[in-house]
Amino acid sequence: MDDDTSDFGSFYEADNEDETNTIINMSYKVLVPVKRVIDYAVKIRVRPDKTGVETANVKMSVNPFDEIAVEEAIRMKEAGFASEVVAVSLGPKTVQETIRNSIAMGADKGIHIETGTADLQPLGVAKVLKKLAETEKPNLIILGKQAIDDDANQTAQMLAGLLNWPQATFASKIEVDKANNSVKVTREIDGGLETLSMKMPAIISCDLRLNEPRYAKLQNIMKSKKAELKVQTPQDLGVDISNKIKTISVEEPAKRSGGIKVDSVDQIVQNLKKHALI
Amino acid sequence: MFRSIISGSKATFLNGVVSRQVKLVRNFYSNRELMGFSEEQMQLQETIRQFAQNELAPIAADVDKNNAFPMHMWKKMGDLGLLGITAPSEYGGLDMGYTAHCIAMEELSRASASVALSYGAHSNLCVNQITRNGNQKQKEKYLPKLISGDFVGALAMSEPNAGSDVVSMKTRATKTSGGWVLNGTKMWITNGPDADVLVVYAKTDINAGSKGITAFLIEKGMKGFSTGQKLDKLGMRGSNTCELIFEDCFVPDENVLQDVGKGVKVLMSGLDYERLVLSAGPLGIFINSSHVISIMQACMDNVVPYLHQREQFGKKIGEFQLMQGKVADMYTIMNASRSYVYSVAKSADNGYTSRKDCAAVILYTAENATQCALQAIQTLGGNGYINEFPTGRLLRDAKLYEIGAGTSEIRRMLIGREIFAETD
Repeated sequence: MDDDTSDFGSFYEADNEDETNTIINMSYKVLVPVKRVIDYAVKIRVRPDKTGVETANVKMSVNPFDEIAVEEAIRMKEAGFASEVVAVSLGPKTVQETIRNSIAMGADKGIHIETGTADLQPLGVAKVLKKLAETEKPNLIILGKQAIDDDANQTAQMLAGLLNWPQATFASKIEVDKANNSVKVTREIDGGLETLSMKMPAIISCDLRLNEPRYAKLQNIMKSKKAELKVQTPQDLGVDISNKIKTISVEEPAKRSGGIKVDSVDQIVQNLKKHALI
Repeated sequence: MFRSIISGSKATFLNGVVSRQVKLVRNFYSNRELMGFSEEQMQLQETIRQFAQNELAPIAADVDKNNAFPMHMWKKMGDLGLLGITAPSEYGGLDMGYTAHCIAMEELSRASASVALSYGAHSNLCVNQITRNGNQKQKEKYLPKLISGDFVGALAMSEPNAGSDVVSMKTRATKTSGGWVLNGTKMWITNGPDADVLVVYAKTDINAGSKGITAFLIEKGMKGFSTGQKLDKLGMRGSNTCELIFEDCFVPDENVLQDVGKGVKVLMSGLDYERLVLSAGPLGIFINSSHVISIMQACMDNVVPYLHQREQFGKKIGEFQLMQGKVADMYTIMNASRSYVYSVAKSADNGYTSRKDCAAVILYTAENATQCALQAIQTLGGNGYINEFPTGRLLRDAKLYEIGAGTSEIRRMLIGREIFAETD
């Protein structure tokens, strides 16, 4: 964490001082959606009725990619680029814990969209976020590239589509160019790194190497407990979040069965033929 | 925890392959459900656990081997907010209670017992004593820097010939114009070599027994105050310990903690304690039993993965009933001990303090921790006997609490005597 922060300020520095002042006065806002997921270290168990995975009495935490998004937003604020960081989460009341965690890290404000259920799909979430983007008017929306529970990797893209905003996914470096109201994003792609420049407002989804999230200070954790959250429902926003995809069955991956030892290549070939694999 | 994976390889995380050790530390016995912690306390625990496992656990073996405290940890602990858990928020503290302090102690110690020992001397013995007994000026002068980690704190009571028998201390403070002149030596002082602020007890009236002892706030660099050689200890290595030497050391009146002759009262954290058994140590000593619990936890953290890894006669040793019996006993005793610790902490938070329970909880946990560490070594067999594995360190660390801040023998005497006296 330390290494990242030390040279971080330069990312958000503007070339021209006058421009800087103008931009700061424009009070840039960053919206960060955060999801409450099963902790990455928990051994996932499928529910006996195969409708999903067991979430009762299971340790939950903030989706690690979302934590990276929160960290990035807070660093933008510390560097003087952003003036406000808003964390938002959808789900039952328990997700407030996730929002408070972001506030403890340094987010200014929290919005809880009370859905009564945690069983949400990316399209419904993206629709809600679109509405929030319209009312909150953020200059940037930074999301985790995916949640580690369903690994959908869809929300950022759908949101960009719905809003018709430019998007950069899998960000490993974000440089804000205040003077031009644009943001330069380095993306991790299969062939290496790709750098995009986008006009704001824009959508960015974070990859793992963007930063290392900080520890929330204990003082701030205590304070975040008392922070007031804005609570709304999808109905308030006039959004239909009903799931469009039906889960038929959830199965555990097949267990690997032990192999056998053979003495020669011939035996391998023989066995492969026997099982009709060649 | 996640952070450590980030700094590792991306592939490791994405494949969901997390090392067994890391997994266990996270998942192993979520005893907080058993302990009835508040949501606040649970989050505190989670944050400190992550911090301790990422920042402290990786260096614990080196700290022990080199017998040197990782000085950069003071600032890191200060930044997180660990150093003033029981101190008022106006000085940078958290305004929380003993339970929270025990949680912090336990999680730090689970990663490195010796660093946690120094942490305890700083945050409990020094910060908490100044918080409870210091005047406004003293608090303003010392607490902010102690809590931010810019200053290291210590407490000095024991002497070469005055351990359990505190009243026999030889360090003298003689009144002079504008202050006191201290002469004498203090022994086995945790954080002694590094401390910037020390609560030091000295006799201001040799004829007044327990009422002739006064607590002074000593600063590093005061003329006439020096430290001896760092001690080469059996365990808790890296928690720096040394002798303090006072040779005509002038201490101004404003550095008297509480009032002259009230040293024992300060030591016992406000309890008016007539009987001269100071040897149970400061009231807050039970905080240290959470320290001991975590050594048991660390034993479990090492033993359980080993039960899965080690195979004999074609089976994992965890499948053998004798091994299952061993780990069952360790688990049971650990949680019985932990329950006692947090009961005492909770009652202290509610304003009830019991001297005999403070002594009983540390007596019970300390002796069990040593036994637990021995069993951990036994479980690891040949590996338990070599220093590449941490179980030997856990044993050496655990043994301290049967001796330090009051021996088991003295604690038994205190508890027995108290029970007899109150039923008379």
